[in-house]
Amino acid sequence: MRISVQRDDFDAGAEIRKLAGDGSVGAIASFVGLVRDVPMTLEHYAGMTEREITKIAHEAAQRWSVIDVTVIHRFGELSPPTRSSWWRSQPLIAARHSPPASSSWTTSRRARLLEERAPRRRGRVGRSQGFRRRGAERWTGTGKDPGATKGR
Amino acid sequence: VKVKLLFFASLREQLGTPGEEVDLPSGVTTVAALREHLIQRGGAYGKAFGGKALVRAAVNQDMVQPSAPIKAGDEVAFFPPVTGG
Repeated sequence: MRISVQRDDFDAGAEIRKLAGDGSVGAIASFVGLVRDVPMTLEHYAGMTEREITKIAHEAAQRWSVIDVTVIHRFGELSPPTRSSWWRSQPLIAARHSPPASSSWTTSRRARLLEERAPRRRGRVGRSQGFRRRGAERWTGTGKDPGATKGR
Repeated sequence: VKVKLLFFASLREQLGTPGEEVDLPSGVTTVAALREHLIQRGGAYGKAFGGKALVRAAVNQDMVQPSAPIKAGDEVAFFPPVTGG
């Protein structure tokens, strides 16, 4: 399992090739989040972000049969088109001949868990203060009551 | 009771500081009481914590409810509300 919260861009293809490994893996599911339309700044609570993402990854590994998980999440000032996060995993069940019908659901579900739980802020990179104050800045991530997410 | 406070995003911008060390009165033992204590400071603090906007908190890097206890040495972080992206 690899969890990385980083400022630098990354090569999705290279990461997938790394996960493909020795030939015992049947499938890799991936999710790539992109910055769309306008530049944004992601800031994060160093330490807590890694811990929360690690918790989600461990939870996914318990709920579904995965061989390995890598999560890369960027922060800082990001402009489109830019990868902001990437979630991927290798489902153990993919070693079977037919993939599970739910594989796309579980992938989007995992991606959603990550998006919901990792506290971060999305905001346009300010051209003027007035613009930012009118609500261009948004926090994204934990939109739910903290108590409600604990036991999931 | 000495604790470390951290402010993020618009809270940090409003308060003009990323955080501070504070020595709390003995009656301040929960996150809700701490927030009330900060409101009492007035000025930017009153505005940042006294408004209708939800402020979320984490104690020692775990998200908590307002009723969560705080003790000496804790790191208490405040965030503005979050939305989907």
